[in-house]
Amino acid sequence: MRKYSIFAVAREAMRGHKGWEAQWTSPEPRKEYDVIIVGGGGHGLGAAYYLAKEHGITNVAVIEKGWLGGGNTGRNTTIIRSNYLYDESMNIYEHSLKLWEGLSQDLNYNVMYSPRGVMMLSHNINDKQSFQRHIHANRLHGIDNEWLTPEQAKAYCPPLDIAATARYPINGATLQRRGGTARHDAVAWGYARAASDRGVHVIQNCEVKGIRRGPDGSVSGVETTKGFIGAKKIAVSASGHNSVIMAMADVRMPLHSTPLQALVSEPMKPIFPCVVMSNSVHAYISQSDKGELVIGAGTDQYNSYSQNGGLQIVTHTLDAICELFPMFRRVKMMRQWGGITDNTPDRSAIQGVTPVKNLFVNCGWGTGGFKATPGSAHLLAHLIAKGEPHRLAAGLTLDRFRTGRLIDEAAAAAVAH
Amino acid sequence: MLLIYCPYCEEDRSELEFRHGGDAHIVRPTNMADISDEEFEEFFFLRDNPKGVIYERWRHIHGCGRFFNAARDTVSDRFLASYKTGEPKPALSGASPASAQLAEPPAQIDETTEGTAK
Amino acid sequence: MSGANRIAGQGRLTPARTARFTFDGRSYEALEGDTVASALIANGVHLVGRSFKYHRPRGILSAGAEEPNALIDVARDKARRQPNVRATVQEVFDGMIVSSQNRWPSLAFDVGGVNNLLSPLFAAGFYYKTFMWPKAAWDKLYEPVIRHAAGLGVAPTEADPDRYAGRFAFCDVLVVGAGVAGLSAALAAAGTGARVILCDEQPEAGGALHFDGSVTIDGQPGYEWAQATTARLAAMENVTVLSRTTAFGYYNHNFVGLVERVTDHLARPERKLPRERLWQVRARRVILATGSIERHMVFANNDRPGIMLASAARTYLNHFGVAVGRRIGVYTASDSAYEAAFDLKRAGVAIAAIVDNREKPGEAVVAEARKLGIEVLAGHSVVDTKGHRRVSSMKVARNGGGSGRSIAIDALLMSAGWTPSVHLFSQSRGKVAYDAESGRFLPGAYAQDCLSVGSCNGTDALQASIEEGLAAGELMARATGYDGGDKVELRGENAFEWTGGMAGAGEGAGADTTVKAFVDFQNDVCAKDIRLAVREGMHSIEHIKRFTTNGMATDQGKLSNIHGLAIASEVLNREIPKIGLTTFRSPYTPVTFGTLISHSRGDLFDPARKTPMHEWEVAQGALFEDVGNWKRAWYYPRSGETMQDAVNRECRTVRNAAGVFDASTLGKIEVVGPDAAEFLNLMYTNAWDTLKPGRCRYGIMLREDGYVYDDGVVGRIAEDRFHVTTTTGGAPRVMNHMEDYLQTEFPHLRVWLTSTTEQWAVIAVQGPKAREIIEPLVEGIDISNEAFPHMSVREGTVCGVPARLFRMSFTGELGYEINVPADYGQAVWEAVWARAEPLGACAYGTETMHVLRAEKGYIIVGQDTDGTVTPYDAGLAWAVSKKKADFVGIRGLKRPDLVKEGRKQLVGLVTKDPGVVLEEGTQIVADPNEPKPMTMLGHVTSSYWSENCGRSIAMALIAGGQARMGQTLYAPTADRTIAVEVSDMVFIDKNGERLNG
Repeated sequence: MRKYSIFAVAREAMRGHKGWEAQWTSPEPRKEYDVIIVGGGGHGLGAAYYLAKEHGITNVAVIEKGWLGGGNTGRNTTIIRSNYLYDESMNIYEHSLKLWEGLSQDLNYNVMYSPRGVMMLSHNINDKQSFQRHIHANRLHGIDNEWLTPEQAKAYCPPLDIAATARYPINGATLQRRGGTARHDAVAWGYARAASDRGVHVIQNCEVKGIRRGPDGSVSGVETTKGFIGAKKIAVSASGHNSVIMAMADVRMPLHSTPLQALVSEPMKPIFPCVVMSNSVHAYISQSDKGELVIGAGTDQYNSYSQNGGLQIVTHTLDAICELFPMFRRVKMMRQWGGITDNTPDRSAIQGVTPVKNLFVNCGWGTGGFKATPGSAHLLAHLIAKGEPHRLAAGLTLDRFRTGRLIDEAAAAAVAH
Repeated sequence: MLLIYCPYCEEDRSELEFRHGGDAHIVRPTNMADISDEEFEEFFFLRDNPKGVIYERWRHIHGCGRFFNAARDTVSDRFLASYKTGEPKPALSGASPASAQLAEPPAQIDETTEGTAK
Repeated sequence: MSGANRIAGQGRLTPARTARFTFDGRSYEALEGDTVASALIANGVHLVGRSFKYHRPRGILSAGAEEPNALIDVARDKARRQPNVRATVQEVFDGMIVSSQNRWPSLAFDVGGVNNLLSPLFAAGFYYKTFMWPKAAWDKLYEPVIRHAAGLGVAPTEADPDRYAGRFAFCDVLVVGAGVAGLSAALAAAGTGARVILCDEQPEAGGALHFDGSVTIDGQPGYEWAQATTARLAAMENVTVLSRTTAFGYYNHNFVGLVERVTDHLARPERKLPRERLWQVRARRVILATGSIERHMVFANNDRPGIMLASAARTYLNHFGVAVGRRIGVYTASDSAYEAAFDLKRAGVAIAAIVDNREKPGEAVVAEARKLGIEVLAGHSVVDTKGHRRVSSMKVARNGGGSGRSIAIDALLMSAGWTPSVHLFSQSRGKVAYDAESGRFLPGAYAQDCLSVGSCNGTDALQASIEEGLAAGELMARATGYDGGDKVELRGENAFEWTGGMAGAGEGAGADTTVKAFVDFQNDVCAKDIRLAVREGMHSIEHIKRFTTNGMATDQGKLSNIHGLAIASEVLNREIPKIGLTTFRSPYTPVTFGTLISHSRGDLFDPARKTPMHEWEVAQGALFEDVGNWKRAWYYPRSGETMQDAVNRECRTVRNAAGVFDASTLGKIEVVGPDAAEFLNLMYTNAWDTLKPGRCRYGIMLREDGYVYDDGVVGRIAEDRFHVTTTTGGAPRVMNHMEDYLQTEFPHLRVWLTSTTEQWAVIAVQGPKAREIIEPLVEGIDISNEAFPHMSVREGTVCGVPARLFRMSFTGELGYEINVPADYGQAVWEAVWARAEPLGACAYGTETMHVLRAEKGYIIVGQDTDGTVTPYDAGLAWAVSKKKADFVGIRGLKRPDLVKEGRKQLVGLVTKDPGVVLEEGTQIVADPNEPKPMTMLGHVTSSYWSENCGRSIAMALIAGGQARMGQTLYAPTADRTIAVEVSDMVFIDKNGERLNG
């Protein structure tokens, strides 16, 4: 693999950039692989990379129905943070954040991780209680997260309206300074390039149609639109489509898939320095390097695979954004879109073994999958290689829905009384 | 925004009047106290999450207040049926996979699309 | 004359009606009806902006919404400033202030232009390959520079003072687009009597008739026919015509979003008018007549100011009366551009040459060119241009080689053919199909009840468009049940039949070239960038788009998508449909946030709920806290008191005398019917059949998974009638939860539920003097301890008002809750207050309520529980019936993890130092010296200074808490570690003697 650097770019500039090679190869599938990963998003590609890099397993194929990173990897609002409440969540998201911090250098691909700070607004006493609980838990876990007064919040994010007369006045905020954003496509491409370089096969436009099992019940391969491909182990990491793929192995999942919408404004000169989220008014916002305001809306209420939600979801989100930032009322929405998120009942991910031997699953990341990408991928590689979850992912098992050992971050955000 | 037929009001109304109620036809065990952990998991957590026809519950919360069931294609978001609570799953003539439905234009416009077909 | 390039006798504007505006500080004259673009061109201004990445000088490319270059900043005043406005769409009004964007210090001399020199470095995706060292430099150094160079306009910095409006509308047939096809469709549909909405993004109807001056319809000049037809439609009762209205999004089930621009073209808008209006239209049928957009040619330096689409030049001439140059070149692959040359030539403008890259252009146009004496260079191409701030020459060469010659020009018109606008069709999830013969994507399979007509459907010929429109209008209207009216017939004449068109790079910009042949103008994507993307393995059109940013600018690829696709197709040697088309996303053109939110702002954003006593509380100086949507009185500070002072006083007063508290926000549900007790048995963990009429009980409600969902006191009013209370925030979901079970799981039960939260005002009177306060006000109820013991309810009258009187307590004191109809709330409250105040009682707020209940160890669901807490965890085992065979949550409670040892349990915590008040949310550990990540046992859920205890008190969820009574644990905070002891949760009156006063 040719190394990327400013010198390489300069050299290529002299000759019209004719010398760049494909970032990943597009081979025809082999008859059999040691490992097949279903789903060519950030998690799947990353897992392939770490399998090759850290576990020496290179006879690996990532099989993608469409184009790499075309699912939620390429449709999200790119927020990265790790200030979750429960140990299980902090473990994985902090592991992920640490990997984000060195990912560009590790992959030799600028994923533009930008720790510009993630601020979460508190609007009432209930919010404050919940946020303080997070801050204390984060500190004792070793995660940065701090409380800001309204004035400190305004100083960090000048567009914020902290008037006490607002319908939802701001009584403070949390700030995780290491939180921020990254360039979503680059994550998929960077992993694909690095994995491909280590011998992993990245196979696009190949849809899995069935999972074949051997006489002992363990997996033996996948039926695809490119024919049968054998595999000793299979990991399914197909976000919104996990239920569909797992059903091929007769495994029912505690998942429902719903559209999650987002939108961007027209590009503008820098005005918004960080990421701001407000759970009470349901909105989150940042500004991309291109200058677009990137705004996350909510999920639609019903199951759907349509990547197409209702206008009312978007307008409701903009209601909230314009309430927090009245100067943005004249800004224009340039593009809205949807992704399909797979949600578990406790809104925490599932990563672990399944009732089928040598079939592993990574799903249920809901609206938080992007920030988890490197961490999830790294631990998924461990799971596939060792056959059992890594210590840091030990809580994310599928059987918690039988035992009741849920990781309910949403419930812990509590409710108004 | 969906347009939803309430079988009690016998009206098509905007999604804004309704609240989604999860999967339909999931019967709460009558011997609830005695079921196993596995059966509880099945009842409370596991879902088909189909890419295709889903049977789901809606509540006409800002209308008549009634819960009812509907069959909807989760790919096209088209409703195939809408029926009262307690009624059995309807036989769906068009319950083919969503992709097939998308490929099939609404009947009444065949005439003109024929005329201008490229 | 409003601009030197205005040609007398041309165009449709009235020369006498002028308006003045400024552009970058210089004043110009325009005519009413001008766009900023037409006015600037009339005044000889072609340089209007700078491109996104290379900061190249850019002019006006189009005359419509597809404009990628001429983006300007438009202001009325400081707060009413709008960046990124398309000069080709924005109408001029007198006094408007226009500025160019993305340049510094000036448009003519822009320092950012250095990027153009460095452009060899800035190839597509270069930033993925560099800026990685040193590690910290990305967000500290590189990114800020990139961010500053990117972006276009400057965001508004002041709150927008303008008002926006919104409407929901319903119709039988929505027609989008008022060109020939759309007007025909609307006429036919309206004639049947169907309710029709016709919208068009332009100020006047006509579509392509704006520039096509030759066609006639029913003998009238086309544009005049369009105006007359629109007027006719607008006069019909069943028709709504919306001009300046863009259909921006096509959503599920024929739901279409329109934005109407109401005042942005007016110099002095009436105050009552909104700036823009959002129409949310539910249409039974939709007809899409959205037309086509002309494509540019892709060749070296095709982006200089003065180079524009041929149809745009024709619009400027025929509609605005403006010549875009004096000596004009034409470069085309389509017949349509010839007509621009013909019109200009007839208006007296010199045409340098028509360069046609086809060997055989259409015969009709060539013949006409010959007649007009215009040189046609067939089989030739423009391979380069010159000119810094405006094009000055074009280099023309024979296809396939040759050195070529330079021809002096001051404008260059181009056309690569027309792209049908299938945006809305695609948003409706119809599948586009590639028509190889014409090289176009056209509507294929429909997914919703809509039809495309006219050129957006690939129907080019005038009469065919008319007939398609008429047929669709009639068909769609009849499909909705209308069958009135006569058949409409229209005759269109004098239209050229256009042929030709191409997609992809032209001569001199092919593979192996490194020239800047722009595909996407705004984002500075050249043909070579597309090829680079393919070379780097980006083979999907989505990858190409994302890698190069082709089609991702504010015009969303209206001009660039097809060219990008064709270039990729050529390099990959794969047919266009196999590469795929990127998804068309809403909105068609950008939509103002303010319009999307319309009325939902300020007080209407999320209306606050207030209790009947709210005004009294305000008058008494109460501060309020938000609880759900409610404004609740928080505390009542007296002059000079801090919050803590006020709360201490209120707490003391309640326990020493009495307090009056507004409890109206509590959720209330009337549960009625012969099976009401049985129903509540299923809804709550407690047993209700044993509760006698006239008595109350505290109930716990679980979810099916066994976790605490809500709680509240339930009074049995009669055998078949219960008065249920819920938490303030929980009221709606508890109601929904109950309805759900009643309707779907237990429909055999004869029970009716009614939400009565807002019907009752609730006045809590608590404290040793509570009985003394209310006694004279109560009629028909013996409120003595014996007749009306703790946890009782009676109906009677209070202050002459029918009331439900509860004897209950959330403070641990003798207490009553007076429920009266909401309309009487304030009057009864004032009567109670008139009794209470002289007896030394106070009004108290939610903060004091919280402290008092914590002193007694009463929990608050949602604060001391969080959705992961069982009744056993919360110390409420006594409230869970052991006898019932079923209740919601009975099985969930028995799951392995819910019954295992060591779960978090709610306990009291007292700090070793009684003066230290723990922060709510503080985490508790056993070993304060454990390295991070530390083992957290749980957290503090409630914590207060208790004036009555003379010390701090707290409640906490602690792992194995009950077994830790008396243990010392630690609360490590940011700056110190606080030692605490696990205790019982009841801090005052452990035997509950105060309940009886």
